[in-house]
Formats: sequence, C-alpha cells, structure tokens
Amino acid sequence: MTAVLDVRNLETRFSTPDGMVSAVNTISFTLNAGETLGVVGESGSGKTQVFMSVMGLLARNGHCTGEALFQGDNLLTMPKKKLNTIRGSRMAMIFQDPMTSLNPYLSVARQMTEVLVEHKGMTTHDARRHAITMLDRVGIPEAARRIDMYPHEFSGGMRQRVMIAMSLLCSPELLIADEPTTALDVTVQAQILDLLNDLKRDFNTAIVMITHDLGVVAGLCDRVMVMYGGRVAETGSVKDIFYAPRHPYTKGLLQSMPRLDGDAGSSLYAIPGQPPNLQNLPKGCAFHDRCAVRSDRCRDIPPALLDYGNGRMAACHHEEAAR
Amino acid sequence: MTRYILKRLLGAIPLMLIVIAVAFFMMRIAPGGPFDSERALPPEIEQNIKAAYDLDKPLVQQFGIYLWKVVHGDFGPSIKIRDFSVAELIASGAPASIQLGLSAILLALMIGVTLGTLSALRQNTAADYAVMGVAMTGIVIPNFVMAPLLSLVVGVYWELLPTSGWGSGELKYKVLPIIALSLPQIAYISRLTRGSMLEVLNSNFVRTARAKGLRDHLVVIRHALKAGLLPVVSYLGPATAAVTTGSVVIETIFAVPGIGTYFIKAALNRDYPLVMGVVIVYGALIISLNLLVDVLYGLLDPKLRSNR
Repeated sequence: MTAVLDVRNLETRFSTPDGMVSAVNTISFTLNAGETLGVVGESGSGKTQVFMSVMGLLARNGHCTGEALFQGDNLLTMPKKKLNTIRGSRMAMIFQDPMTSLNPYLSVARQMTEVLVEHKGMTTHDARRHAITMLDRVGIPEAARRIDMYPHEFSGGMRQRVMIAMSLLCSPELLIADEPTTALDVTVQAQILDLLNDLKRDFNTAIVMITHDLGVVAGLCDRVMVMYGGRVAETGSVKDIFYAPRHPYTKGLLQSMPRLDGDAGSSLYAIPGQPPNLQNLPKGCAFHDRCAVRSDRCRDIPPALLDYGNGRMAACHHEEAAR
Repeated sequence: MTRYILKRLLGAIPLMLIVIAVAFFMMRIAPGGPFDSERALPPEIEQNIKAAYDLDKPLVQQFGIYLWKVVHGDFGPSIKIRDFSVAELIASGAPASIQLGLSAILLALMIGVTLGTLSALRQNTAADYAVMGVAMTGIVIPNFVMAPLLSLVVGVYWELLPTSGWGSGELKYKVLPIIALSLPQIAYISRLTRGSMLEVLNSNFVRTARAKGLRDHLVVIRHALKAGLLPVVSYLGPATAAVTTGSVVIETIFAVPGIGTYFIKAALNRDYPLVMGVVIVYGALIISLNLLVDVLYGLLDPKLRSNR
C-alpha cells in the first residue's frame, strides 16, 4: 500500500503573549490510500492542530517544523501557489462547526462552483451541474433548487452535508474530517457517519476522522491514533485499541464510555485531573499526574513511542516489559 | 423589497414632522430675533415687518402656517438675504456642496477600504502601523488646520492648483476641497475596515475558503470583503449626509459657493426660514441615506433580505 500522507516529526507551536505554546510535539504517522484513521483525544490534545498544520491553515501566530509528505511532496515547505493546487482538490477538509464554516454571504452554488472553476477549469455551467450531482449524492433533497439558497436557509445537518459535498467535488485522495458530527444532534450524526462510510466505499478516499467520540471511531475507522498533550499515546487497529488497549490513557478513555449494559444508576467513570498545560508540559510522561500506575520514572523520563508489532505502537514505560 | 421601501418611506413622514417641529420650536426658544440690532427700530416699523413675516401671530399658529406652506413646497423667503427665497438659495448652493461631498466620500471609500484591507492583511507589520498612524493623524488634525495647509503647500508653494475660488466650476478648483473633505473620511473608513476585516479574516468561513485552495485575492475579495464592509456601509449613510451638505470650514477656506455656510450664518442671524430650510434638507438627506444603507445591507446580507 502507498502512503497518501506521511507525517514525520511534526512540531507545531504558537507564540502567545504568555509565551510559547507547544500544541504538537514531534508526531509521526502515515496514512495509506483508502484507509480511515481515527484521531482521538481530549480538547487541547493537539489533534486538530496536526491537521491544520498539514493543510497550511494555522493561525497567524502558529508555525510548524518537520515534514508532511503528501504523495512525496512536503506540504509544510512548498510554495503557497503549489499548496493551493493540492488543498481543496486532492486533499480536502471538513470542519467542526457547520453553522459558521460556510460563507453566509454567498449562495451555496457560488461556494461550490468556485472550487471546480479554480481547480478543474470548468465553466460555471458545468461546475453547477456537477455540484448538483454531488449535493444529490450526499442526500440533499431537491438539490437543483436548493443549490441557489444561502447557508442560513439550511439546517445544521444539511449544512454539514453541503460541506461534505463541497469537499468531495474534486474527488480528493485525502479527506480530513475535524469532528464533523460534534455540533449535530444524534440522529443527524448517524446519517453523516453513514454517508462518510458510503463515500469511503465508493470513492476509496483516505479519511482522517478527528473526534473525541470513540463510538464514531468504532463505526468508521480502520486504525486509531490516540493523542495526549500533543504527543501520540498509542496507535493501532481499531480492534486492538478497543480490546487490548496498552496506554493507561486509552484504557481510561474506554472506561469513560457510557455502556448500555452497565448497572443502572452507577456513576460514569471519568479520568481524574485535567489535561496538561501545553505552555508548560511536564518533563516526563504528559499523562503521569493523572495515571493510576505512575512511577518515578514516568515523572522524570518521557516514554518513547515503541513498536509492538502489527502496527501497534504505544508510549508507556509500564508496557515496555510486554515487548 | 418594494414593500419594505414603501413602508420605510411612510415611516419617514412622522419622523420628518418631528424634526421640523423640534427645530422650529427650539429656534424660537433661543433668545433674539431676526430684527434685533444695535440700533432699535421704531416700534411701528418693527410691528409692520413682523406682520409681513407672520411673526406677530401666536407661535403655534405660526408653526401651522409654516407647515402648510412647506407641504405645498414653499419654504418662504430668506429674512436676511433680501430678494431670495430659501428654495432659491439652497438650489444655488446645493450642487457645489453635493458634487464635492459625493466625490469626497467616493474617494474616501476607495482609498479607505483599500488601505484598511491591506492593513488587516499585514496586521502588526510596519505597513499596518504606517497606515494606522497616518489614519490616526488624519482623525486628530482638524480640517481648519488641514485645509489651509493644503492650500498653502499645493496652491502657494507649488502653484499646482488654485488656492481657492470656484471659477465656472472647473475641476482644478474642486481638487483641493475634495481632498480636504475626504482626508478625515479616509482615516475613519480605513480604521473601520481594518477592524472588521481582522475579525472576518479570522472567521471560520474564511478558513474554509483557504482550505478550498482559493488564491489569496479570491479569499479576500470574494469571501471576506462583503462581510468586512458591513460596518463601513452603516457608517456611510450619516457620513454622506454630513459631507454632502457642505462643510462650513472647507467652503469658507476654499471660497466654495455651497450651502455649508448657511447653517451657521442663518442660525446666527436668526434667519428662521433659512434655518428651517437647511434643517429640512439635512434631515431628509439623513433619512433617505439611511434607507439606502438599509437597502444596501439587504443586498450584502442574504439573511436580512429573506426577513423582509
């Protein structure tokens, strides 16, 4: 299998008035064609910023080092002109908040056709026809009529469908979905996930699913990358992560999932403590002060991300013995 | 949309009545009158003059008479500028003021929006600080300093343009007053644009536009500018009204035959009909320009359009 995206030693920092904030600390991973990778972690774990760096969408005060190879070309260093021929065309992104991610001042038709006119050199007329087909494809009823509407005339779920349709216009090889269902209600969530599953099957698009919902991961992904404090805590196949988690943080996440077969009235488990302050990360393991099995070594020495075979990697001192 | 405009125009009628009433009575509350002078007139003569202008009648009745005449398009004679009616005076001065004002506001709009946008795109760089510094200076320096300076440097030292006058309305006479009128507007508009563009450029939908791989100028012009211009558009209504009715300072310094000077002279002279005339013109301008701004708003923001 060939890698669509190969990220090596990515570091992303933001300079703020209070000092440097390290959002992403030396992360490496690869994503193969047609594969779906779930990126899981709490708010502030750096999961979104990894892909903002990849897309060249960091805020003005952010900068990143390392490599992000898209089909062999480094996205982080290429000229903006070249980057613009890739993003939106061969690599697309869906954002968390469908209510604000579409331009409220332009019609859906305008926002969709411009992508095709820009990247494929289509005429507005052809682009419009293609856009209608795509809206139809993502389940927007009366697409031919609704394409001339403005975003405020769509519901949240419908707007996210428009976003998805827009991102798929040029049949990208890589689709990055940043918590696409977080802002939507549960029934709509399920519909959107079904839709992404269909697309994965029909277009063989590699998908990155950034989420903090493990249920979403289980339903959609092939592999999972668990992030904590801007680092990778653990990565592996969905089955391995769910049935044999190695990192205490992953175990904590799985335990915190509400269960239908649990005792009624039993209180929900929560990992004690708070995520680390990215401005001042601990010297050792970022998770150590919330970890039940911590030792002095965890406090002083950061654990390396070790390979456990079969695509399994974890960064925990207490798992090293199991190698 | 037509329904909306009609509704707003109907709403303007009571508003105009209130403006007229307040101006009328406030002016009469102010002490003094048009015929007060150092040399007192013989009482019989004063009585005759007052009768000629209906000033001897009770105030409320005078208001009624005035209103009746205004509704029929008669703004009355000027008391101080003999042999001219208020309508004639305004009609002779308005073209110059409106011409200068509209040119100045258009110039300010073009330059201000461009500077503000560039400034926002280069936030916290030398270019940004330079533009904002100049804008701040433009706001701080009053036009009674700026206008003579322009006249002195461009007109006297460089001898490029006439220092003042109107000739028969050639362009060379208009350049300096237009610049002087537009400078503070450029300053305000560029600051307004910068502020709103900064916000818009950081918004989610602009991020989406970038993620779509659009070239920078498309992101800025097509996606950001429409939203970024909304505050400028709402500023434009009152600003245009203020600028097109003439500036006393500019019209005095550059000897422009506009209506700006009437505002002050008429009020000082207690030239009641003339004061009322200019107040009505100004009020009507503000009301109609605000309506225009609201219509423009609807064109810019589809959400407002569908609510009307």
